[in-house]
Amino acid sequence: MNPTVDSSSTIASDAFVLDPADREAMLEERSHYPYPQAASIEALKIVQRRHGHVPDGAIPAIAETLGLKVADVEGVATFYSLIFRQPVGRHVILICDSSSCFLTDYEALRDAIGEHLGIGMGQTTADGRFTLLPVCCLGACDRGPAILIGEDLHGPVTPDQVPRLLEGYA
Amino acid sequence: MSRILQSASERQADTHPLTWRLHDDESPVLFDEYRDKGGYAAVTKALTEHTYESLTEEVKTANLRGRGGAGFSAGMKWSLTVKGEDKPRGYVVCNADEMEPGTFKDRLLMEQQPHLLIEGMILAGFANRSKQGYIFLRGEYHLAAAAIQRALADARADGWLGANVRDSGWDFDIALHTGAGRYICGEETALINSLEGKRANPRSKPPFPGQSGAWGLPTVVNNVETLCNVPGIVNHGADWFQALSGDLSDDGGTKLYGVSGKVNKPGLWELPMGTTGREILDRAGGMRDGLTLKSWLPGGGSTGFLLPEHLDLALDFDTIGNTGSRMGTGLLTVVADNQSMVSLTRNLEEFFARESCGWCTPCRDGLPWSVKLLRALEAGEGEAGDIALLEQMASDLGPGKTFCAHAPGAAMPLASAIHYFRGEFERGVAHPQGKAHADPIPVGSV
Repeated sequence: MNPTVDSSSTIASDAFVLDPADREAMLEERSHYPYPQAASIEALKIVQRRHGHVPDGAIPAIAETLGLKVADVEGVATFYSLIFRQPVGRHVILICDSSSCFLTDYEALRDAIGEHLGIGMGQTTADGRFTLLPVCCLGACDRGPAILIGEDLHGPVTPDQVPRLLEGYA
Repeated sequence: MSRILQSASERQADTHPLTWRLHDDESPVLFDEYRDKGGYAAVTKALTEHTYESLTEEVKTANLRGRGGAGFSAGMKWSLTVKGEDKPRGYVVCNADEMEPGTFKDRLLMEQQPHLLIEGMILAGFANRSKQGYIFLRGEYHLAAAAIQRALADARADGWLGANVRDSGWDFDIALHTGAGRYICGEETALINSLEGKRANPRSKPPFPGQSGAWGLPTVVNNVETLCNVPGIVNHGADWFQALSGDLSDDGGTKLYGVSGKVNKPGLWELPMGTTGREILDRAGGMRDGLTLKSWLPGGGSTGFLLPEHLDLALDFDTIGNTGSRMGTGLLTVVADNQSMVSLTRNLEEFFARESCGWCTPCRDGLPWSVKLLRALEAGEGEAGDIALLEQMASDLGPGKTFCAHAPGAAMPLASAIHYFRGEFERGVAHPQGKAHADPIPVGSV
């Protein structure tokens, strides 16, 4: 599921410049493995930490840095659900929709968040603050329904707690 | 931030090898405390008293069965790893990609006591003559990642990792590898592909990872909880491990059991292997809000539904396996009487359809098709042949039809839900006397 793209925020891919610190971090990651391809997922995450998502131009830049084929990097970038190939909000809300959270009424929580923000699953708020995405079992089933905002795990979250909870994310 | 719901006074070293050091306030056990409480003693013992063969034999004799859900003997797996003086040294990989719906046990072990896992991995590395270990951790476990990184640094600083481990002449190190989503990464050959920086498609077996795994070298993949059991076995022996479960089970050791769903006290407990579902549900305080239990999954979304009458069975691999379900991860998901089984099954199959890697046709095309049929039944718009079709699909998605266990896992809750709750599915058929689907549904329309 891909976030909805706001055309005004589309990054010009040919303008991408790999930050020297990111390049260094990728080369450091490469040293942890016998072959450089193993560092490709972490390289994508390095770019994403800086840019929020992985702009098109980052793919050949990563390939060149690690000595990989562009198609191999793109193949990985499009496989993994936590690599975002389109712009996302400053805070990505991952809503667990797996069985334990389903049984503890995640649907009501999902609807409350969606209504509060005025967006649906896979969409980003107009102000670029939040993106809403589903995620498979967060491993917080004893706290269902559970959500992850950025790196913060919350649960159980009731629909009436949503406005206050989201206020904490500027 | 998983919770163990046993107080520190109940968790004693001789009965709760996995959790006795954990703090009631959920703060992590750091290196100094871990060492003070007998930590890394098993590594010292292995380096001074064991060969790689004798260590493997000890774990094999203990009959430590894989806690990731498959229940395969860890010692047997290790004994099948290609290794020897004249063989290349490979890898030991910890499967910390905990994503099985309803499962939150490895999170506890990694967030609150990462050194136990690291100690278990060092022992696995020694027994398998591995040159390097990797902890494959799911990307969403940020707290666990930080705890593991700190623990690896502390262990390395004190000589338990790196070149010449504790002056033994043996080299072994561990690196943390964090993932980027996708349930399929928990399948061991898909995990290896992901570790190599590829798309997480499973590999055909044979060759098994123990013969040719990561980067073509012998590779052992074990679950977090499995590895956390190894230090106790090395310290106290296989007989001690067997005795932990007493007469309750032929499977040795303890198990991190848990409950989620609409119960009063969802959480985790370390109990002897073979503890009954009823005792675990009692510890969870029973159903909440005056609800009654209708059904339960014994160990994750890829296990088959059971009934209340199965609660008195020992929760171990063989006993639950004999019901037609699987123990899986041993974390119960409970279903209340007011829950539609058709809706819950639809939710589960949506999960498996979304998480299919798309490599094998029955899985890639069959699972979305099952979701379509289940949605129709859920809306009361099913056709006369839909239930038979779903049963046929559950059979066609079963073991042996695909590269990996993803589709067979998806088939388990589907087949068992229809088996035990057929009436609920039949009520979703709009025209029971109507014509069944005359033609197969075009796959492209799903």
